[in-house]
Amino acid sequence: MTPDDLRAALDLTPEAAAWLEDARRKIADDPAKLAVLFPAAGRKVGRGALENLTGWTADDAARALLLDALPRPRAAAVSRAYADGDNAEKRAVLRALPILGLGDEGLPLVRDALRTNDTRLVAAAMGPYAAAHLDDESWRHGVLKCVFVGVPVAAVAGLADRADAELARMLTDFAKEREAAGRVVPDDVHLVLQLADQES
Amino acid sequence: MRIFDPHIHMTSRTTDDYEAMYEAGVRALVEPAFWLGQPRTGVRSFLDYFDSLVGWEPFRAAQFGIRHHCTIALNPKEANDPRCVDVLDELPRYLAKDGVVAVGEVGYDSMTKEEDEAFTRQLDLAKEHELPIMVHTPHRDKAAGTKRTLDVVRESGIDPGMVVVDHLNEMTVKMVVESGSWAAFSIYPDTKMDEDRMVRILQEFGTDRMLVNSAADWGRSDPLKTRKTGDAMLAAGFSADDVDKVLWRNPVEFYGQSGRLDLEDLKTDETFEGNSVLRGVRKDA
Repeated sequence: MTPDDLRAALDLTPEAAAWLEDARRKIADDPAKLAVLFPAAGRKVGRGALENLTGWTADDAARALLLDALPRPRAAAVSRAYADGDNAEKRAVLRALPILGLGDEGLPLVRDALRTNDTRLVAAAMGPYAAAHLDDESWRHGVLKCVFVGVPVAAVAGLADRADAELARMLTDFAKEREAAGRVVPDDVHLVLQLADQES
Repeated sequence: MRIFDPHIHMTSRTTDDYEAMYEAGVRALVEPAFWLGQPRTGVRSFLDYFDSLVGWEPFRAAQFGIRHHCTIALNPKEANDPRCVDVLDELPRYLAKDGVVAVGEVGYDSMTKEEDEAFTRQLDLAKEHELPIMVHTPHRDKAAGTKRTLDVVRESGIDPGMVVVDHLNEMTVKMVVESGSWAAFSIYPDTKMDEDRMVRILQEFGTDRMLVNSAADWGRSDPLKTRKTGDAMLAAGFSADDVDKVLWRNPVEFYGQSGRLDLEDLKTDETFEGNSVLRGVRKDA
């Protein structure tokens, strides 16, 4: 995933494309401009799902490109955009993390999102950035939370690589608890158990 | 019956309320920022509340099929607390958000100098951000407070069509209607306004620029009062189209002036000619 992939996936009108490029220039010159331009992105470029980028919406991609325009070092400005954002803005920051070159400095945002109960944020938090940077314990709890709140594990990046015996134990316990309560065990539990089995 | 509740404090309500509201026909609402029962002691407390109005509460509403929007402001009561006033400096970044469709609730509680300052400063913010304004009128000395509100709006030079004056009654409706601002009524179990009095006001003043809300909050209140007013209108001989105008098209027209209403793909029981329904609705490219 690169900024060019995002540009290619965004099918913008000339007017929206001009707004986005102008906004990127303004942010590059003055990072404080992000505070006004970042919330406005959905109104300017739309919010529809992107056909060629599964799980992404037009506003997510535009906002990721706005963050990509921030001069480096940019971790503080990215964290601020997340902290000040509404939940659509927070989701966009989480989605953008893999392209921003922040090293581990985006992890506090991922941990914050995994503490929320907004399923859109939980799903976005478990993307490629978490797969690459989040420690094993937090990552397993992230997967368990997805299963628990009904986020499809298809949204979890790197699942086949990172699913391990400890995650399998946690999900098996979760399944037992559900069965004891006479409740349905989500199909995703079995999917993850299979992947964990192949891994170990 | 499709219903847009233009004023309801969902933060104080339960998921049972959301379910009952959906069942009654509520598909969209506006939650104005206001005081909680417990006074706030600082700016940070406001920010967590505002974050919830643009974050958690819209997510909660969406799970029940209801679109949530909000208004943001320093309310008149807490405008009197010096520990809270600095929140005014934080308002611009919230007024840039998609879900924020007006500045409010502003106006008077006890008509102090501090309330005057916060009110006029927030009228300026609304002008700057091209947003409508929701004005609360005081529970005590209401007629004098409403008159002073209208004077301040007139002096500000704001288009009265961008202003809604709320919590009106028989004593205050006429001056608001004559000013050209929108008139709003909070239908409560035992204070402010009830369904039958509301019907009489609509019979006398017509349905133009009239908004009906439940203003349900943490006090004794009923989130289904919008529906009950619609039923009372029908029983009194108003047409289904009159009810749709008051309970849906009017709030859509007023808040649509923000250009930020999100009503696409909403499942409602009825469709209308399509002229005013989508007016001011956010446009997806």
